[in-house]
Amino acid sequence: MIVADHLTKRYPGGFDAVKAVSFEIGAGDMVFITGHSGAGKTTLVKLIGAVERPTAGSLLVNGQNLSALRSSALPYLRRHFGLVFQDQKILFDRNVMDNVLLPLQIVGLPRREAVRRAQAALDKVGLLDREKANPIALSGGEQQRLAIARAVVNRPSVLLADEPTGNLDAESAADIMAIFESFHQVGVTVVVATHDHHWIERYRPQVLRLDHGRLA
Amino acid sequence: MTQHGAAVEGAVRRLLAAPLNTLLSLLVIGIALTLPAAGYVLLDNLREVGKSASGVQQISLFMAVDADRKAVAEIESRLGQAGAGKWRFVPKEDALKHLKGNEGMAEIVASLPRNPLPDAFIVEPADAAPEKLEALRQTMAGWPRVAHVQLDSAWVKRFDAFLRLGKLAVTLLAALFAAGLVAVTFNTIRLQVMAQAAEIELARLIGATDAFIRRPFYYFGALQGALGGLLAAALVAVAVRVLAGPVAELAALYGGAFILRGPGLVDAGLLAGVGAVLGWLGAQLSVSLSLRRFG
Ligand SMILES: Nc1ncnc2c1ncn2[C@@H]1O[C@H](COP(=O)(O)OP(=O)(O)O)[C@@H](O)[C@H]1O
Ligand SMILES: [Mg+2]
Repeated sequence: MIVADHLTKRYPGGFDAVKAVSFEIGAGDMVFITGHSGAGKTTLVKLIGAVERPTAGSLLVNGQNLSALRSSALPYLRRHFGLVFQDQKILFDRNVMDNVLLPLQIVGLPRREAVRRAQAALDKVGLLDREKANPIALSGGEQQRLAIARAVVNRPSVLLADEPTGNLDAESAADIMAIFESFHQVGVTVVVATHDHHWIERYRPQVLRLDHGRLA
Repeated sequence: MTQHGAAVEGAVRRLLAAPLNTLLSLLVIGIALTLPAAGYVLLDNLREVGKSASGVQQISLFMAVDADRKAVAEIESRLGQAGAGKWRFVPKEDALKHLKGNEGMAEIVASLPRNPLPDAFIVEPADAAPEKLEALRQTMAGWPRVAHVQLDSAWVKRFDAFLRLGKLAVTLLAALFAAGLVAVTFNTIRLQVMAQAAEIELARLIGATDAFIRRPFYYFGALQGALGGLLAAALVAVAVRVLAGPVAELAALYGGAFILRGPGLVDAGLLAGVGAVLGWLGAQLSVSLSLRRFG
């Protein structure tokens, strides 16, 4: 369902962060993107999530070619993905519930149904009792779980996470990875960028190893 | 539909979230709209005055101060021959008596060595067409011992010209303050976009359309403008209320029954509408420029 063919991303300034990368990710797969810092993991996650657009090669998502897509169609494509950003992008001007509601407001879900869905998502990550809290009051692990709840609340077919265990202690990190595994178990395609090999041994996912923008 | 509802809700929430800012913006917008609105109300009222006055057409013919009875009789016969219409002779003694009856004037008149007033005829012309009046005026001015002929419709014409000038001034003022309103909205929205950069960036990344991001700002601008318009209507209404008493007294002094009319519901609605449109415009400009950096 995700097919990259000589996928390339050249940033303005001329630097190729991802170079002619080809791979396939099937529906329901669990894929880890690994590599050293600066290898291009974040860039690849952004390409798959239609946040960045390829500068060469092709990327097909559910048969749609991302390079050929009109800009006005991008928002709708992005809704297929649940993104957990490296910097989380949690909004601290509103409570936990309102953070999770945002993606549902974007798709125009009626309020009552949206609240129900948001509560279900918070329940899945074990944050239901914190829905009224301000995210600033959450621990690092809890904030990451909030970011995951927001990513999955729209029931995306693909869950994309960029170094979701980066700043967490071992126990919180294990919780987070267990949550991704549980989504994988129910058929969600899960793509996780990480430079932590520990999880690869544990979950035995498909691995895309990047080295200076190329697949190694 | 739910999207628009949510956007309106969001706009109201943003208005309420910073009550002091909202109040200040509303005051600026309200006052900006008040000046042209007040000017418009004033012109509207003056137009009413002009209408009620323009019905009376008369010509005042003043004799030279030292004109004698014979000269007056000569004019009277000429008026008859000219078929000028109805006329009334006002001897200078009567005019002086009338003036004496006027409070405050009595002493001044008494101190005069002799009557400074001329004899006069007040003519109500049979034909009140402006060009006929003007022709009559010129004929009369040529008669012997006639000092001055005044067409009393002349002031109506002057008044009309004044009204036109006033209308132009109010229009310019309105354009100026409309631009001001757009600018105020522009700035408010720009600050909001900056304050909500994180939300806007995130929303973009997770599939928000351009319209979804812009809509709440548009509604905010329109809502703020509409409220400012209503505030302006209220300010003008209060001013009219305060001025109505004195103006009515003044009008009574001149024998008129003139009531200062304030802005009605329609005017208030119009002001709110104009405010909303201008606010929407300011928001549109602001959002278009401010969102550029979000790509
Ligand atoms: N917006 C950008 N503009 C220019 N260069 C960038 C940009 N984002 C990332 N890069 C460069 O691309 C390379 C890959 O970055 P990134 O994808 O973040 O790697 P990783 O996530 O594996 O650390 C790095 O050398 C980085 O400096
Ligand atoms: Mg990275």
